[in-house]
Amino acid sequence: MESIYLDHAATTPMHPDVIEEMVPVYKETFGNPSSVHQFGRSARRLLDQARRTTASSIGANEKEIVFTSGGTEADNLAIIGTAIANQQKGKHIITTSIEHHATLHAVESLEAQGFDVTYLPVDESGAVKTEDVQQALRDDTILVSIMMVNNETGVIQPIEEIADLMNSHQAYFHSDIVQAYGLLNINVKELPIDLLAVSGHKINGPKGVGFLYVREGTQLATLQHGGEQERKRRAGTENVPAVKGFEKAVEIITEKRTSYREAYRRYRNRFIETLKEESVNYSINGAEDKTMESIVNISFPGMNVETLLTNFDLSGVAASSGSACTAGSVEPSHVLSAMYGAEDDRTTNSIRFSFGLANNDDNVEQAAKKVSQIVHRLSD
Amino acid sequence: MIYLDNSATTHPHEEVLRSYQKVADVYYANPSSVHRFGSEVERLLQQSRTQAAQLFGVHSREVIFTSGGTEGNNMAIKGIAFMHQNRGKHMITSSVEHPSVMEAFRALESLGFEVTYLPVDSEGKVQPSDVSDAMRKDTILVSIMSVNNELGTIQPIREIGQIVRPFPKAFFHVDHVQGLGKIDLPIKEYAIDLCTVSGHKIHGLKGTGALIVQNNVSLFPLLHGGGQELEARAGTENLAGNVAFVKALRLLLEKKEDKRAHMSSLRNQLWHDLIENQQVVINSPKNGAPHILNFSVPGYRPEVMIHALGEEDIFISTKSACSSKEPDVSAILQACGLNSDRTTSALRVSFSYENTEDELRTFVQTLNSKIEKLQATMGR
Repeated sequence: MESIYLDHAATTPMHPDVIEEMVPVYKETFGNPSSVHQFGRSARRLLDQARRTTASSIGANEKEIVFTSGGTEADNLAIIGTAIANQQKGKHIITTSIEHHATLHAVESLEAQGFDVTYLPVDESGAVKTEDVQQALRDDTILVSIMMVNNETGVIQPIEEIADLMNSHQAYFHSDIVQAYGLLNINVKELPIDLLAVSGHKINGPKGVGFLYVREGTQLATLQHGGEQERKRRAGTENVPAVKGFEKAVEIITEKRTSYREAYRRYRNRFIETLKEESVNYSINGAEDKTMESIVNISFPGMNVETLLTNFDLSGVAASSGSACTAGSVEPSHVLSAMYGAEDDRTTNSIRFSFGLANNDDNVEQAAKKVSQIVHRLSD
Repeated sequence: MIYLDNSATTHPHEEVLRSYQKVADVYYANPSSVHRFGSEVERLLQQSRTQAAQLFGVHSREVIFTSGGTEGNNMAIKGIAFMHQNRGKHMITSSVEHPSVMEAFRALESLGFEVTYLPVDSEGKVQPSDVSDAMRKDTILVSIMSVNNELGTIQPIREIGQIVRPFPKAFFHVDHVQGLGKIDLPIKEYAIDLCTVSGHKIHGLKGTGALIVQNNVSLFPLLHGGGQELEARAGTENLAGNVAFVKALRLLLEKKEDKRAHMSSLRNQLWHDLIENQQVVINSPKNGAPHILNFSVPGYRPEVMIHALGEEDIFISTKSACSSKEPDVSAILQACGLNSDRTTSALRVSFSYENTEDELRTFVQTLNSKIEKLQATMGR
C-alpha cells in the first residue's frame, strides 16, 4: 500500500531537479570556497550565484543573506545574535506563545541569562494582535520575533502591520518565515523587517541548509566562531552543493508559486469537502480566511490524537499532530493551548494535514476518505 | 588535474554520493514525525548513529551529528563553558588551533572567561609539561587538536589526556578534524571527553560531521529548538547527510593500515624529492601525520606559487582555507617561532589515499620549473 504523505509542513520530498543540480557540484565543484586556487574559486562562484538568487527572491541585497544549516540555526542566530549584540540598549524581547520551538527555546535560553521576555497571547483565530505588540513594546525592547505563518495551524500573522508599527522603534523585528517562504510573496524592500529565517527542506530543497536574511546595518553577534565565512556571521566551510540545491528549490518555488498555491487550495478544499460529504464530525482550528492553503488543522471531537495518528498511519495516511520537532512525543499542542486554553479538548484531538509535491487531487481525496472511515470507526 | 589540497576539503567518494542520493530520495520524512514514514527515518537515523558509534568505539548515545567541524568545535567549547562556568572559568588551549577553536575561545574571553594559550615548539608541538603547569583548580576545559591542519604535527593527546584525567572539574576536548583516519585516537582509552570530526575532510559531504560527547558530560546547547540529537542539537536531522557521513567513515577505516602506509610512502617520497631543491625548507615534523607536508620557498610569495601551479592544473594551498583571506603570513608558523622568510612563504601539500606517486613526482617537477622561471623573471 502506497502511503499518502500529508506532512509537508514537517518536511518535504526533494524536487528531482534539486538533487540533479547537486550531484555535479559534489563531483566537480567540491573545492573549499575559501581556497585561492581554481577549485576554490569555482566553488565560490556557485556560492555567490546562489546568494544572489536567494537574495533576489525576497528583494534583498546579496550581502544580507547568511547561509545556515537550516531554520533552527537561522532562528537561533537571529534571536540570540541580536540579543547578545544589543543588550546594552535593553534586555526586553517580545515574542508569541505560538512560535516554533526553535524560537521559543532560544528566547527561554536568553531568559535564563537575564533577559526579560514577553510572550504575546493569541485569540481563537490563531493570530496575534498588532495592538498587543504595541502595548508590549517598551523603551528597553530590543527584539520582536513573530512568525509569519504558524506551522501547526497555517494561520498567517499580521506581519506587515507589526512591521509598520515597529518602524519607529529601536527594536529589531525578526520573523520566522519557514512555513511562508516560497508560497507568500515577501519583499524586504516593501516590508520593513530586519531578520527573516528560512529553511531549505520545507520547500523541496535539501536538509541541512537554510538562510537568515539580515538587513544591512543590523547588529548581530555570531553563534559559531571560526573562519571568516558568511561575512563573519557564520563560520564553517560553506556547504556549496546543498546551497546549490537550495538555490534550485528557490527558483522552482518562485516560478511555480501561483500554480502550487492553486493546487494546494484545491487539495485543501477537496479534503474538507470530503470530510463533509462523509458526515464526519470535525471543526477547523484557526480562522480559515487567514490560513495558508498548504496547511489545515482539524479537530475531531471525542477522538484522541495518538489513536488517530496510529490509525491513520496504519491505513497509509501520514499526518501529524503539530510540530514534528517535539521529537516523537505527542504532547498537547502549545499552539492550540494558546488559542483555546490548555484544558480545551481540541488541544488533544487535532491533526495537522499539510499539502505539497507528494499530493494530487486523487490521493488527497483518498486520504480524506480513509480519515473519514477511521473517525467513524473510532466513534462507534 | 592533480588535487593536493585535501586538508581544505576532499571530493566526495562515489559510494558516499550514491548513499546520499538514495536516502534523500526515498527517506525524506522528518524523523520526529510519529507516522511510519517518520519512524522508518528515525530507525535509519538510529542505525547510522550506532554504526558511527561502533566505528568510534563509543556508545551510540555519545554521537551527536552536527553540520560540520566548526559547529562541533563551537558546541564543545562554548557548551562546556556555559554549562560549567559555576565550577570555574579557566580554559586551556594551544596557540596553533584551527580558527573555529581559536575564535570560540576569543569570544569566551570577551564574556569573562580566562584562556591560557600554550606555546608550541618549532615543529608545532605542545609540551605535556606545559599542560601540567597550566592546570588550575578552576580549569574546566582543555582543548587540543590531534593533528595540526597546516603542519600535520601530531599532538601528544594520550599524555595530555592522562594529565587532565585526575582533575575532576576539567573536560578534555580534541579537534580531530585533520586526524580522523590518519592516526588512531582511541577516545575512551585516551580519556577524551569530547571529540570533533567532520565529513568533508574524509571524502564525505560538506555540512556533515559529529561531536562525540562522553555520557557523563553535559553541554549547554548552541542551537535551541526541538529535542533532536538527544536534546543536544536542535534542528531537523539531515538523515541523508548523516548516512553519507557514516559511509565515508566506513570507507576511510577500511584497510586503514594500507591507506596510511601508502600516504606515508607518498610523504617520504615527496620529502625526499623536495629537499633536493636547495631553495626549499621543510616546515613539517619528520614524524607528522601521513597526509600533510608543509614547506617554504623563502623569497617567493605563496600566492604566486599557487597560481603558477594552478596554471598547470596542480592544486595546493598556503595554509588553512579558513584563513586564506588574510595576508600571506601563517600564524601557525609564527607560533612555531620560525623566522619571517619562512612564515611568509609557506605552502601546504595535503593528500588523500587516492593520490599517486606519479602525481607527486609531477608536482615536484612542476614546482622546480616554476621556481626556476620565477627566479629568471625576478632577475635573481
